[in-house]
Amino acid sequence: MISLLDQRKPQVHVTGAQPFAMACDKQSLAGSVSQRACVFCGSRVVLYPIVDAVHLVHGPIGCAAYTWDIRGALSSGPQLHRLSFSTDLQEKDVIYGGEKKLYQALVELIDEYQPKAAFVYSTCIVGLIGDDVQAICKRVAAEKNIPVLPVHSEGFKGTKKDGYRAACEAMFTLVGTADTLGIPRTSINILGDFNLAGETWILRRYYQEMGVDVVATITGDARIDDIRRAHGASLNVVQCSGSMTSLAQMMKEKYGIPFLKVSYFGLEDTAKALYDVAEYFPENPAILTRARTLVAREIAAALPALRHYRQALAGKRAALYTGGAFKAFSLVRALRTLGMTTVMAGSQTGNAQDYDHLRQICDDGTVLVDDTNPLELAKFIQEKQVDLFIGGVKERPIAFKLGVAFCDHNHERKIPLAGFEGMVHFAREVHDSVMSPVWQFTRRPAETIQPPALPGGTGIAALATEARP
Amino acid sequence: MLLRHTPTEILERSALTINPAKTCQPIGAMYAALGIHGCLPHSHGSQGCCSYHRSTLTRHYKEPVMAATSSFTEGSSVFGGQANLLQAIENMFSVYDPQVIAVHTTCLSETIGDDIPQIVDKARADGKIPAGRHVIHANTPSYVGSHVTGFANMAKGIVDYLAGGDDLPKNKQQLNLIPGWVEPADMRELKRLTRLMGFDPITFPDTSDVLDAPQTGKHAFYPKGGVTPAQMARTGASIATIALGPTTAGPAARALENKCNVAAHVLGLPIGLRATDRFIAELRKLNGGFVPPEVLDERGRLLDMITDMHQYFYQKRVALWGDPDQLVALSEFFLDLDMTPAYIVTGTPGKKFLARIAEVLGEQIRATQVRQGPQADMFLLHQWIKNKPVDLLMGNTYGKYIARDENTPFVRHGFPILDRVGHADFPTVGYRGALRLLEMILNIFMDRQDRNAPEESFELVM
Repeated sequence: MISLLDQRKPQVHVTGAQPFAMACDKQSLAGSVSQRACVFCGSRVVLYPIVDAVHLVHGPIGCAAYTWDIRGALSSGPQLHRLSFSTDLQEKDVIYGGEKKLYQALVELIDEYQPKAAFVYSTCIVGLIGDDVQAICKRVAAEKNIPVLPVHSEGFKGTKKDGYRAACEAMFTLVGTADTLGIPRTSINILGDFNLAGETWILRRYYQEMGVDVVATITGDARIDDIRRAHGASLNVVQCSGSMTSLAQMMKEKYGIPFLKVSYFGLEDTAKALYDVAEYFPENPAILTRARTLVAREIAAALPALRHYRQALAGKRAALYTGGAFKAFSLVRALRTLGMTTVMAGSQTGNAQDYDHLRQICDDGTVLVDDTNPLELAKFIQEKQVDLFIGGVKERPIAFKLGVAFCDHNHERKIPLAGFEGMVHFAREVHDSVMSPVWQFTRRPAETIQPPALPGGTGIAALATEARP
Repeated sequence: MLLRHTPTEILERSALTINPAKTCQPIGAMYAALGIHGCLPHSHGSQGCCSYHRSTLTRHYKEPVMAATSSFTEGSSVFGGQANLLQAIENMFSVYDPQVIAVHTTCLSETIGDDIPQIVDKARADGKIPAGRHVIHANTPSYVGSHVTGFANMAKGIVDYLAGGDDLPKNKQQLNLIPGWVEPADMRELKRLTRLMGFDPITFPDTSDVLDAPQTGKHAFYPKGGVTPAQMARTGASIATIALGPTTAGPAARALENKCNVAAHVLGLPIGLRATDRFIAELRKLNGGFVPPEVLDERGRLLDMITDMHQYFYQKRVALWGDPDQLVALSEFFLDLDMTPAYIVTGTPGKKFLARIAEVLGEQIRATQVRQGPQADMFLLHQWIKNKPVDLLMGNTYGKYIARDENTPFVRHGFPILDRVGHADFPTVGYRGALRLLEMILNIFMDRQDRNAPEESFELVM
C-alpha cells in the first residue's frame, strides 16, 4: 500500500482525531498528479452558460479546444456558448504580440454572430507577452456598441477559485448597466446554478410557483440583458458558494443587495433554501404558504421512490470528491437520506471553514482530503471498502477499475440532480450503479465483501467454487 | 438545430478560429509518453494544461490517465520553472516510483525559456534521479504545430534519450515499429501483422495494454503495456525501422537512423487496401520475400467485401477532417472505393501535407476542396457542406453537430472520439481494420436507405 507524501499529510484528516487541523488553500505540490485545474478553467466554467454571448479564448488553440462544449449547461434559446472561438496564437504572435490578431478576431466574431456581448479570456501566454487585452476590448466595444469584457484568467495566476473571481469581476461590470423598471420587490437572482441538465429551470419553476420573480439566473441559461439589470432584484440566492460569493459580495457592497447561501441538493437543503427565500419577504406571507404547499407536495411525491432506493442502499459506503466543498456538505446529507454513510470526502478547493463544517457533519472516522490525487483516492477507496464514488471525469475510470460504483456529480451529469425531483434522480443514479449486476463479475482487492449472490449468477465466487462438469 | 448560427455565406477570416480541427502539442506528447512502460508523463506548465489533457484522454479512452504537473505560479512565470521541475522530479520518484518521467513543455514554460535538459542535468547532479531511472523530454510549445506535432516530438524524444544498441550485432528478426498516432487496438494489430511477417517488433510508443487495460479490480498506476527502456536500448540492433505516418512517426525514425544507424522506412499509415499492401510489401522486402497465407487471406477477404458491395460506394461524396497521416490514407482508400473525397480539412500545419494529398488524389484533386492550417476549421467545413452537401462525414466527434444539422451519415474516426465506443478496441489499420471501416460505412449507408425508403421499396435483402 502506498504511503502519503509527507508534504501531503497536513491536507488529509480523519474525523474524530484530535486536534482538527487541516491545511488547504494551498498551491498544489509540483509533481503531483493533482485533479485540479487552472484559473482559466475556473473562469470558463462559470461564464460558459451565458448563452447569448460569444466567448473568445485568446491564446494558443488548446485552451479553446479543451473547453469546447464540455459542460451540459442547457440553453432555452441561443446555442452560441457551445461553439469554440480562439485567436489560435502562433509563434509570431508570441514574439510580436497578439493584440492585432485579437482585435481582428473580435471584429470578425462580432460581425459573424451579432452577439449581445463578448467575453475575452486571457490565457497563460497572454499574461507573459503582455497584450493589453483591456484596451482592445474597450476599442471594440466602442466600435461595435456591445459590451466586450476582458476576463483576467491567465492560468498560472492562482487556482480555479481565482478564475471564479475573475469571472465575477467581468460580470460585475455588466450589472447595473440596464433599466430595472418593472422589477417587483419580491424578486431574486439565482446565483451559482449552471443549468446542467436543466437544473436552473427546475429552480425557476419553484420560485415562480412561490410568487417570487427571478430577474437573472447567473449563469445557468443566462442572458446578457438579464445580468445587466440584476441589480434590480431584492435578494441574491447563492448556490455553489465557491464560485459566486464574490459577485454576491460585490453586489451587496455596491447596490446593497443582501445574499443567502443555499444548496439545492437533497430534500432538506432544497426545502430550507425555499423557506429561507420565502422568509426574506415577510410582508408577503402568501409566499411562505405557497412554499410550504410546494415542499409538502414535492416531498410526498419523492418519498415513495426514495424509500424504494433506500431499501437497497442502506448501509452502503460512499466516497466523494467535489470541486468546491459546499457541494460536499449537501452530498453527505443526501447520502444519509438514502441510508448511506460517507467514509471519505474531499474537494479541490475547500477552505478551512469548509473542512471544519464537513468534519462536523460527517461520522467519526471519515477521511477528509484536500486537493487529492489518484493514488490517495485509490488507497482510501480500498481501505474504506467503498461501494460508491461520487466525482468527476478524471475519477470515474479509477472507480470503475477498482470495481466501485460511480455517480458523476460534475460537468458530465446527464440528468438534473437539483431540487426534489433531482434527489429522486440522484437516488436512482446511485442505485443503478451500486446495484448493477456488473459488480458480480469484478473483484475488489482485499476482498472482504462477498460478491452479491444473484440467483443463477456466474460470479467469480461461483466460478471458483463450483466444479464444472 | 445546434449550428443554426453557421451561415451559408463564407466570409474570409484572417484571425478567428471557430470550432478548431486540431488541438495543442502537449496532449500529443502526453499520449505518446503513455506508450512507454512505467512512464509518468509530466506537464511543465500550469495545472490546467495537465488537467485538460488528462480529461480529454480519459473521455476518449474511458481509462484512468496519470500525469503530473509542475503547477506553475506567478512566481515561476517570473523566475522560471526550474525550482518547480526540480521539486517535481523529486516528488514523482518518491511517491509514484516511475521508471521513466517524460517531461513536455507548454506555451508558458517555452515562452519563459526554461531549458529542460539543463534542469534535468541539475536534478541528476543533485541526486534526485535514482539509478536506472530515466527523465526524458520533448519541447512542445502550444503555439507551434498541433497535437500531432507534439506526438511526433515525444516519439523522437523517446529515441533521443532511450534508443541505443548500435554496437550490438544485428538481429535479422528484430524490427523497430513506430506506429504513429493511432489507437491501442491499431498498435496491437500492427504488431500482430509484423509478427506474422516473421519479425519480433520493438514497438514505440505502444499504448496497447495501457489505454485499453482490462478490468481487474485494481487500479494499475502503470498498466502492463508500453515499450520498456530495456527494449529501447536494443533498437540499434534491429534490421530496420518501419515508421507509419510521415508526420507522426517520421521524425523519430530518422532520429533513430542518425543515432543508431538503423535504416528508416517511412510509410503512410496502413489504412485501406493499397496502404496496407505497401506496408506488407515493405516487410516482405525485409523478411526474405514471403507473405504468409494468413495475411493473403485477410487481404482476400477485404477485397471480397469491396467486390460484393461496390455498388454502394459509387460516387458518394465524403467530407474528411482530422490529422494529416489519417487524411492521406483515408483519401486514397475512398478513391479506391470509387468514392469522392469532396472536402478535406486539417488544422495541423506542415508543408508536405498538400503535396501528399495531391499525390494520392491525382486528377481527382479538381473535385476536392482542401484547407490546411489557420482558419481550416469545422466552421469552414460546415459552410462548404451547406453550399454543397456530402453523403458521408468521417472524422472525430466534433462532426456530430454537422451530421445532425445537415442530416448526413457520420462515421467516427480519429481523435478525439468522446461519444462512442469501440475505437480503442477494434483496429482500423491493416486489412482487417479496413474491413471494419467498410462495415461501419456500409451499415450507416444501409441504415439510411432503410430509414428513407418509401414503404413499397423498403427492402429485406440488401
